[in-house]
Amino acid sequence: MNIPDNLKYTKTHEWVKIDCNKAKVGITDFAQHEITDIVHIELPEIGKRVKKEQPIAVIESVKSAFDIYTPLSGKIIDVNDNIIETPEVVNKSPYGDGYLFTVEFDDEKEIGSLLSVDDYKKLIL
Amino acid sequence: MNYTSENQKDRKEMINVIGVDDINELFDVIPKDLRAKELNITGGKTEQELLSYFSDIASKNKVLTSFRGAGVYDHFIPSLVGEVVGRSEFWTAYTPYQAEASQGTLQAIFEYQSLICALTGLDTSNASLYDGATAIAEAALLALRVSRKSKILISSALHPEYIQVVKTYLENSKAKLVFLDVSLDGMTEKKTLDANLDEDTAGVIIQSPNYFGVIEDMQTMSVVTKRASSLFVAVVNPLSLGVFKAPGEYNADIAVGEGQVLGSSMSMGGMTFGFMAVRKALEWKIPGRIVGQTTDKRGNRGFVLTLQSREQHIRREKATSNICTNASLNALAGCVFLSGWGDYGFKKLAEINISKARYAYDRIKSLKGFKSKFGGNEVFFNEFVIETEKDVNKINEVLLKNSILGPLDLSTHHCTLASLGLPEVLKNFKNCFLFCVTEQRTKSEIDKLVEILSKV
Amino acid sequence: MEKLLNELSTECCPAYSLDSDIEINPQVPESLKRNLSLDLPNISENDLLRHFTNLSRKNYALSTTFYPLGSCTMKYNPLVNERIAKFDNFAKLHPYQDSKTVQGVLEVMYNLEKDLCEISGMDCFSLQQAAGAHGEFSSLLIIAKYFKSIKQKRAKIIVPDSAHGTNPASAALAGFDIVPLKSESDGSILPEKLKEILTPEIAAIMLTVPNTLGTFEKNIPEISKIVHGNGSLLYYDGANLNAVMGVVKPGDMGFDIMHINLHKTFSTPHGGGGPGSGPIGVKAFLEPFLPLPRIESKGNEFILNYEKQESIGKLKAFFGNFPVILKAYVYIKSLGAKGLKNVSEQAVLNANYMLSRFKDKINVPAGGRCMHEFVLAPKKLFKNAVRTLDVAKRLLDYGYYAPTVYFPLIVEEAIMIEPTETESKKTLDAFVDTLIKIILEEASLEPQKLKDAPVNTFVGRLNEVEAARNPILKWK
Repeated sequence: MNIPDNLKYTKTHEWVKIDCNKAKVGITDFAQHEITDIVHIELPEIGKRVKKEQPIAVIESVKSAFDIYTPLSGKIIDVNDNIIETPEVVNKSPYGDGYLFTVEFDDEKEIGSLLSVDDYKKLIL
Repeated sequence: MNYTSENQKDRKEMINVIGVDDINELFDVIPKDLRAKELNITGGKTEQELLSYFSDIASKNKVLTSFRGAGVYDHFIPSLVGEVVGRSEFWTAYTPYQAEASQGTLQAIFEYQSLICALTGLDTSNASLYDGATAIAEAALLALRVSRKSKILISSALHPEYIQVVKTYLENSKAKLVFLDVSLDGMTEKKTLDANLDEDTAGVIIQSPNYFGVIEDMQTMSVVTKRASSLFVAVVNPLSLGVFKAPGEYNADIAVGEGQVLGSSMSMGGMTFGFMAVRKALEWKIPGRIVGQTTDKRGNRGFVLTLQSREQHIRREKATSNICTNASLNALAGCVFLSGWGDYGFKKLAEINISKARYAYDRIKSLKGFKSKFGGNEVFFNEFVIETEKDVNKINEVLLKNSILGPLDLSTHHCTLASLGLPEVLKNFKNCFLFCVTEQRTKSEIDKLVEILSKV
Repeated sequence: MEKLLNELSTECCPAYSLDSDIEINPQVPESLKRNLSLDLPNISENDLLRHFTNLSRKNYALSTTFYPLGSCTMKYNPLVNERIAKFDNFAKLHPYQDSKTVQGVLEVMYNLEKDLCEISGMDCFSLQQAAGAHGEFSSLLIIAKYFKSIKQKRAKIIVPDSAHGTNPASAALAGFDIVPLKSESDGSILPEKLKEILTPEIAAIMLTVPNTLGTFEKNIPEISKIVHGNGSLLYYDGANLNAVMGVVKPGDMGFDIMHINLHKTFSTPHGGGGPGSGPIGVKAFLEPFLPLPRIESKGNEFILNYEKQESIGKLKAFFGNFPVILKAYVYIKSLGAKGLKNVSEQAVLNANYMLSRFKDKINVPAGGRCMHEFVLAPKKLFKNAVRTLDVAKRLLDYGYYAPTVYFPLIVEEAIMIEPTETESKKTLDAFVDTLIKIILEEASLEPQKLKDAPVNTFVGRLNEVEAARNPILKWK
């Protein structure tokens, strides 16, 4: 199970990469493994205002659908369009080419409530 | 009759294996004070008795020579349709959850989807919906869902029961339903579309041929609709598409309609099926089952239910619709019906409908006391509206005495439906008849109808 | 591999043709004419008959094999029902004929409503709904309208997590928010847990009785008391009515409103996915809200009444799926009161017999007794990455349709079996032997056999991931 040290995590299995006031978000290796073969993804619109822990994207396998929650409040400034046509990329590279979206967050304090890599490991291992 | 596997020897053995004294013990968990007394229901008839009993009931119904349409039509059904849908391997199967053991149903639905796409000129069809009316309601919901807007514009020239069903479906949603007027030529008034179309409009729903039989100017309506980035929903009679423009040709986003005309008997208006076809971009948003092609482990072609994460059994309250059971067997009838004509034959079928209706129309409106309601320049498929100075009730009484189901009296029909809350415009059809003439009516039947009309 | 229609198309004369005794002269303006080619296939009747007959043979169906699909009540569909529905004097009727000319139809509908009232303990029925989910939706609209009429704001519906997916989907469609209720491991509802979420905003709770694990809701009198005490309504999902006909009535249990699946309990065929019929029944205080028209008896005549101001309106054009309604009525007349009760008794006996044969070998989360169906939880027995899906596919190799799998959602790797009353002990024994062999022997000794299954079907295991990732939804 790949759980990079340099990321923050959520209880709902999103990873978060903070860069200044922007956060790149994807799902963890654990999550993609549980979901199994991803066949369809719905992403939010660019410019959408979102609230921490609001469901804003959906990842679907053949027999199930999973809501994806934004880890931070703010504005969606970028979505990964490439994975719409090739959702299997999220299975292959959940931390790289398979990221989902970037949110420009409003409140730095919210970062404090995210899980550290150790907390996340405790959650799933 | 007793269709159960009941027999005393087995019953005894089974009770022993279970470890109870008798069957009643299996129901012990149900509180005694809730138990039902013996039901007051007659029955217990043999097959022979049933046939005779229901023949008697059936004889209280009258089969008539039909000049009435309004949503349900007397069309020719080829023998092959009955033969195929009568195969118990089709009618006793369930929804094809286990694909490898359901390839017959799945391939037939795939072919049905292909034929509906060919007919409508759109990209993707689902596996069927309950009926035309609910298909329109689902189209309205689809437009609202995709556009995230809140207003639906709907022509008052839609079948009044379709309008009713759309109203019922949207009753508790936040969506607003706005009616478009009908002008004197029997078509939806373009001015009211212009006036009501705005950035809040999710979709515009127009039926062609409409309830009054008139072919609408779908091209213009579609172009106008697109100005507001709204979805254009075409409600079409699939048989008419042998001659008239396909929804894909005028850039409709969604085509829906009633499939009864494609090989289902009238049967009081059900069982039938509703169809829905959409542009590719809407594929993941549509309601109901969809069948897709794939391969098995050996590389052979096969078919499965697909895009299932849209559906209620997975998505529950977030599903694109609550539909589960649809109208598969009638869609199969539609598939068999559409597969046997070829382009030439299907077009000819539509042309015969138009020609026979036109023959009747020309003869009736030239009778004294009868005239076209819409001025005489309307284009229609197999239905038209005639206004008369004569006693509408009496005409239909006389026709009935001749075993003819006469045209629909629009004034009284709307009265009975008025309590359902119809748009105002539909009440202006006093002394008006909606005639229907399909390929089933012979020249002599039409001539007889005309003769009776001329004498009343 | 059976060819597709477009691949069968030739230059031959197509199957159907028509002539007209009136000159064909449609006079359609060019601007309205279709220019797009139709691309319909050109196939002879002989070839079409072969094509569709061959396709039909690729289906497992109730008429060819045991179909123990849990929650779907795949019982024998009597042939006489089909025959009567095809009578010209039923099949060739127009819905807008004068009601004087369709008195037989109205009589059937009126009397079926009455019989369903007697079976269910409800006061009135409406037959307009085309399916179970359609019945749920109309019922929820009625519930909404009722509360509006007494000026109460109740926007939420409680749905147990063991319920069919249509329950929450229908409630959402009717504009309600869903409050999920966690059920116990046997699918039952604990009154204490219900109390915790029962706020003044709750309009109704939707219950399936027996529940989807096949157990009777023993707390139902108390649940009814609590729910009504809160001013909320009790909704009965009749998907499992086959277990209790003539034994107990939903109306007597305290339910206010319900639906019945005629295509389950009343033996009308499922047609490969429909059409069905999902009539709804209500207690008298909800009658004004039923869909229109209502069928009434006046003197010696049956009439259609459209004059009900408070009705929710229409759910479907015309009067519902009349042939389905007719078939269900024929079924009731073939059985009568005794026959109907016997159906439930035999269905419950058959299910308990199968369960008894399984229970010492495979885990049964709801315990050793059931009503008309039961759920197995074989997960602990699985090694070698075998899953329930593999078991289902292997059953196809033995000529059986598979039970419902992965439902209810609260049981991991669930296998849900409903034998129905029309299957013999011999059939049940053979199926039990096969399933035990697959789960207890093949799954450990020859797991590859399960992974490779099915091999005896017309196609091998199909790639569903590929189908969804690159959808091909029509022929090229």
